Amino acid sequence: MAALRKVLVRPELGAVTAAIGVFVFFAIVAGSRGFLTTQGTVNYLEVGAEHGILAVSVALLMIAGEFDLSIGSMIGAAGMIIAIPVTKFGWPPWLAILVAFAFSLVVGYLNGWLVVRTRLPSFIITLASLYLLRGFTFGLTIALLNYTRASGMGAFLSGDPLVAIFSGAPLGLKISIWWWAGLTLVLGWVLFRTPYGNWIFAAGGDALAARNVGVPVARVKISLFMLTAATATLLATIQVIDTGSTDVLRGELAELEAIAAAVIGGNLLTGGYGSVLGATVGALILGMVQQGIFYTNIDTNWYKAVLGAMLLAAVLLNNYLRYQALRSR
Amino acid sequence: MAIIELKDVTKSFGRVNALRGISIKIDAGEVHCLLGDNGAGKSTLIKILSGVHKPTQGQYEFDGKPVELSSPREALDMGIATVFQDLAMLPLMSITRNFFLGREPKKALGPVEVFDSGKASKITNEELNKIGIEIRDPDQAVGTLSGGERQAVAIARAVYFGARVLILDEPTSALGVKEAAVVLKYIVQAKTKGIGVIFITHNVHHAWAVGDTFTVLNRGSSYGTFKKAELTREKLLQMMAGGEELEELAVELDLIAKRDPSEVGKLEHRVAEELDRETHPKQ
Ligand SMILES: Nc1ncnc2c1ncn2[C@@H]1O[C@H](COP(=O)(O)OP(=O)(O)OP(=O)(O)O)[C@@H](O)[C@H]1O
Ligand SMILES: [Mg+2]
Repeated sequence: MAALRKVLVRPELGAVTAAIGVFVFFAIVAGSRGFLTTQGTVNYLEVGAEHGILAVSVALLMIAGEFDLSIGSMIGAAGMIIAIPVTKFGWPPWLAILVAFAFSLVVGYLNGWLVVRTRLPSFIITLASLYLLRGFTFGLTIALLNYTRASGMGAFLSGDPLVAIFSGAPLGLKISIWWWAGLTLVLGWVLFRTPYGNWIFAAGGDALAARNVGVPVARVKISLFMLTAATATLLATIQVIDTGSTDVLRGELAELEAIAAAVIGGNLLTGGYGSVLGATVGALILGMVQQGIFYTNIDTNWYKAVLGAMLLAAVLLNNYLRYQALRSR
Repeated sequence: MAIIELKDVTKSFGRVNALRGISIKIDAGEVHCLLGDNGAGKSTLIKILSGVHKPTQGQYEFDGKPVELSSPREALDMGIATVFQDLAMLPLMSITRNFFLGREPKKALGPVEVFDSGKASKITNEELNKIGIEIRDPDQAVGTLSGGERQAVAIARAVYFGARVLILDEPTSALGVKEAAVVLKYIVQAKTKGIGVIFITHNVHHAWAVGDTFTVLNRGSSYGTFKKAELTREKLLQMMAGGEELEELAVELDLIAKRDPSEVGKLEHRVAEELDRETHPKQ
């Protein structure tokens, strides 16, 4: 009974249940149309990875009590920071990639610093960065290229030392899936097994109480804003190498889907509670639904409605489970 | 010698004078009760003691040497542990994680240091058992504990980390009679370990039950510090009610007397009854 209770109060319980439900649903409805094939599985894992790489870092930030709405714009900006210097100025890709990551860390630091210093909601601060980053990406790209797209990366990639870790498909699974799995393991471990992880919970649970016992709340939050910006850049790098091109609109709304995945995964919107594994399962659900609909006869445009319904159901379920967690004795 | 001494301390927030000319001493192995009405400045005083605020004027001495604390962590490292009124624990975090928050035990795992959760759970269990609390599972959320149990965990934590001064801001105010009694017991336990306890309360009966020394604040000023032998419960109650209120009452009585003399007797009787009930509650 005690063991059962322990399982019941895990934050990812709702998400795991939902993931099984979604899988069974599409296995029945679309199993004969390819959902259950290896290719079908690889496909939804790939879509899941796109959400998951962001969602795991967004989950940590959310547990620490903050949001980052600027990661979608960060994807667009990072893509251009890599593609334009390589295709137009002849930089080696590794240099452009390093510059993009450095830039994202600076943006993340500024986001975090502003939130900590002004004590304004991170929703507002990062909404401003969302527009700033997207606007600058648009303006500078058009000024430099005259287009809103940068393409032709493919010709410059071979032999580059950094490109290798952002491309390919070891064991038949795209590199993004491996990054997703790796980040889940590492960040999940950090959250539950290190003092820093304890501080993440504390920063979101009650920042003042945490500070009073000596938790460096500001440092924890700023470092997590840097992490979310960096994972956005990771995704942008993988995509720009994979497709050889990028667009100023790349990553639009990705920030909201990442938040949705984290919330479906049992992460508390107001901080202090959640799990990395939950966010990963949430991302997997988004992947399965997105690809699953594709295999049915249903028009894929219904995806957003399904997402909305799932989000609502997840919040209600998680609310109930959390109530149980606090009641269980 | 006193562990902590404040000398003529003043604290202003802009134009609000929360404290004026406060001097106070905390000795080892005593329970020093800090009493006063809402807004008297009790929380402000202990926030100065615990490093949250710096005094606007006056001196803070620790072991006889002047110090300037710039964070609660600094105070904590010196052995001044505080259980704040508005925030004791993080309800969604486990008891163990709360217990060790900010001072996590670490073990080496290859090249990296990780949170030693096994050790943390074991110590938490032991320490809580020591003060007589049975926790079924130290990994359950603190939110599942009662108010008294939370106070107990916070006190056990302070004692475990070697506090020399333990500051408790209204630990009994939100509790029922039984739970309050249990917390009072922990206070005495801490005192017998040689810890200097600062116990803030509105409740004269709680203070009287465990206190050795009493300081009463009123609107930022001190009525003075008294040993238990110099006081009676009634005197303490009177000081807490504050001269202010008594004056107001006198004016009120006067007004009524002018309007309707027959009412005065009834009112006086009622006030006497009220005071009596406060002093000798039927529990
Ligand atoms: N950070 C602050 N900024 C401005 N004024 C403050 C601040 N903290 C306290 N005060 C003021 O100082 C006065 C004393 O407040 P304090 O919280 O110390 O009272 P208290 O004795 O603890 O009261 P209570 O019994 O209600 O807890 C109050 O008038 C309060 O409004
Ligand atoms: Mg107070």
